[in-house]
Amino acid sequence: MRRFAELLERLAFTPQRLGKLRLLRDYFAAVPDPDRGVALAALTGDLDIRGAKPAMLRALVAERVDEELFALSYDYVGDLAETIVLIWEPQGALADPGLSATVGRLNAAGRTGAPAVVRDLLDALDTPQRYALLKLATGGLRVGVSARLAKQALADFGGVEVTGIEELWHGLAPPYTELFAWLEGRAEKPVQAALAPFRPVMLATPLDEAELAALDPAAFAAEWKWDGIRVQATGEGGERRLYSRTGDDISGAFPDVLAQLDFDGTLDGELLVRGADGGTAAFGDLQQRLNRKTVGKALMGRHPAFVRAYDLLQAGAKDLRPLPFAERRARLEEFLTGLDPERFDLSPLLAFDDWDALAKLRAEPPHPVIEGLMLKRLDSAYVPGRPKGPWFKWKRDPFLIDAVLMYAQRGHGKRSSFYSDYTFGVWTEDETLVPVGKAYFGFTDEELKRIDRFVRDNTVERFGPVRSVRAEPAFGLVLEVAFEGLNRSGRHKSGVAMRFPRVHRLRWDKPPAEADRLLTLQAMLPPE
Amino acid sequence: MTPDDLLHPRPEGLYCPPGDFYIDPVRPVARALITHGHADHARSGHGAVMATRRTLDIMALRYGAGFADATQQGSRAPVDVNGVSVSFHAAGHVLGSAQIRVEWKGLSVVAAGDYKRGADPASEPFEPVRGDVFITEATFGLPVFRHPDPMQEMARLLKSLHLFPERAHMVGVYALGKAQRVIRLIRAAGYTDTLYIHGALKTLCDYYQAEGVALGPLEPATDAGGDKARFAGRIVLAPPSAFAAKWAQRFPEPLIAFASGWMQVRVRARQRGVELPLVISDHCDWPELTRTIEELDPQEVWVTHGREEALVRWCALNRRRARPLHLVGYEDEAVE
Repeated sequence: MRRFAELLERLAFTPQRLGKLRLLRDYFAAVPDPDRGVALAALTGDLDIRGAKPAMLRALVAERVDEELFALSYDYVGDLAETIVLIWEPQGALADPGLSATVGRLNAAGRTGAPAVVRDLLDALDTPQRYALLKLATGGLRVGVSARLAKQALADFGGVEVTGIEELWHGLAPPYTELFAWLEGRAEKPVQAALAPFRPVMLATPLDEAELAALDPAAFAAEWKWDGIRVQATGEGGERRLYSRTGDDISGAFPDVLAQLDFDGTLDGELLVRGADGGTAAFGDLQQRLNRKTVGKALMGRHPAFVRAYDLLQAGAKDLRPLPFAERRARLEEFLTGLDPERFDLSPLLAFDDWDALAKLRAEPPHPVIEGLMLKRLDSAYVPGRPKGPWFKWKRDPFLIDAVLMYAQRGHGKRSSFYSDYTFGVWTEDETLVPVGKAYFGFTDEELKRIDRFVRDNTVERFGPVRSVRAEPAFGLVLEVAFEGLNRSGRHKSGVAMRFPRVHRLRWDKPPAEADRLLTLQAMLPPE
Repeated sequence: MTPDDLLHPRPEGLYCPPGDFYIDPVRPVARALITHGHADHARSGHGAVMATRRTLDIMALRYGAGFADATQQGSRAPVDVNGVSVSFHAAGHVLGSAQIRVEWKGLSVVAAGDYKRGADPASEPFEPVRGDVFITEATFGLPVFRHPDPMQEMARLLKSLHLFPERAHMVGVYALGKAQRVIRLIRAAGYTDTLYIHGALKTLCDYYQAEGVALGPLEPATDAGGDKARFAGRIVLAPPSAFAAKWAQRFPEPLIAFASGWMQVRVRARQRGVELPLVISDHCDWPELTRTIEELDPQEVWVTHGREEALVRWCALNRRRARPLHLVGYEDEAVE
């Protein structure tokens, strides 16, 4: 348990992806079964654990600590679980009961026995382990590790492709002993025995327009690229699942889709929702239905979900992935005729004779929820991962605005002493700046140095690692910001939230007074 | 007569009327007794200064030889100051740090200044001294503060070096005391390579070495003429303020560590952008504070700089007379 506690501690303070991967890999290599598998399940959200409610923890600590001392401490620390962890005075000798054994004890305790078990554990654990215990018991480790990242670390650890792990994941259960045995070369790859497993997806590479001339238009099919999320809808022997593109099971949030998933086969497509008019609604609406375990009737009624299918990987017992795209496409069209078109429709193919014709289509998409084009070689087999060549995404040009740098924050790692994270704003009607987004890439190292110098020389105020910089109509730094789309947002003062903003160009030449206005951004919002 | 007649707070600091002197005054005064060399306790510009030899040395290093009109060494043996008997006793905080005991007409007060009880080879060990009143600091005066074994923190630092050999490990330390203690801990953990130090640490590291605190090979962390790789996998010590400065841009992928008791609280570590918080403190934690009060068993406890309220509450729960002593001008943040 001590190793797990140390891992959580380091992960919580390590912002870089590569750093996290290395910490995880090191953990998998150093810790034996079954503890490492339990840790993995805790990170991927696959660990079943009896929870402890804050009220129960408060009651436990009230038995031990003077109310006033606790209140003063809580006020200072600011987080309930952390206060309890720090204030708890262990009794007797400290121990390391092991992660798996600890989880076992928590789960074996009945509802009435749980407080005593938590109390005994708190009494025997050192501070980092008490922290880990309460994180486990209150749910949500919140150490910035997604299931996808944990699987990537596992793949790195075993020297295999992450798709190999995603493919197996839904047939495996904690503590994943057979998976680790395979990754360590001590056993064969586990056999996928579960019904309706995830099939690792094929991804496209961004199109470099310079290469277009070398490609034969007749060898490719083109489709609209819809702005939803990539999903895999699969049914087998009565089992129905909706997976995200990384193999996370998101079925629980989409019972409306699942109800019509009455087929044996696997569709690859885009998950979208409908708006009030029955048409395809903007990503902002879809977002309300994401990252939920369940969904209410009202939300489901307001934004019914559907899958716009563009590939068929499996039909009945037949694996279609080795077939060329054109053939899979023909079977897809046939397959969909048997399904409810309200829940499963077909992504249309676009007719074009040459690349110029396609470029014209791309420039004038017929629907606001289209974010570009997909190009797929007609002869391409369905290969997991991101092979270069068979599939391309040709995104619409990004939106561009001129914004004014308002705040800068120091980065991490290579950038830990550079002001590299920028909050930028645009002008409101009363001639003040309102922040509209944050960007932390899109510039060269040389440009970073120059912005860093500008920030240091023009700091107005400091708040910890953040500085506010001079931003006046006649003086300041204008950033040309590129972004993929704009949503309404109740959480931001400006009322808008950008998708994927990055610095496109530095406009040292431009006076801030000429930067864009909030009205311009509001005009870009999708209709309400 | 009450203890307040012997010592009480004034805007300048803690004042002793019969002796006509201040302890750790925050403004220039005619006569000052100084507990230790941290800048918020030891200021320049006083008329006469009494302190331990090492604290006087440290003040001279920081402010120049003429930092006061006159100086006098304090010692364990009591010295008479205007009829008040004054003695200095090791506080275990940093090299030269002392508690100051004053006695007058049979009444005694021990002003502990900043102190700690944990082992520290870079400081004289705390000496328990009895008095009618014990004035304790309360920098970490909340029951959430329990400093871990510092060797455990060192093990985390060395493990990180092993795991991230391409990154310079930058350890934030205060120049007086924390720097040398952390260096001694790094050595005690078996690390014998050269350590690289920021210029602001050099004078005091030299002084500690001259006083017999061996620190092993140290080198200035100077610009390597663009050869960043020289610092890959190396430990660099610097005052935390240096990490925000352009100075830090010479190091490869700096991994920011910070050695402080404040690192126990996560939000504090986050606010500073720390990747490796090391909980190492030169102040008492809560168990040390309460144990010291129990051990010394004074008639009355006065609690100053820090979280006075909680320690006063603890005293009340344990049926001890206690009250907060509101002194201004001490920076518990900067010194840790």
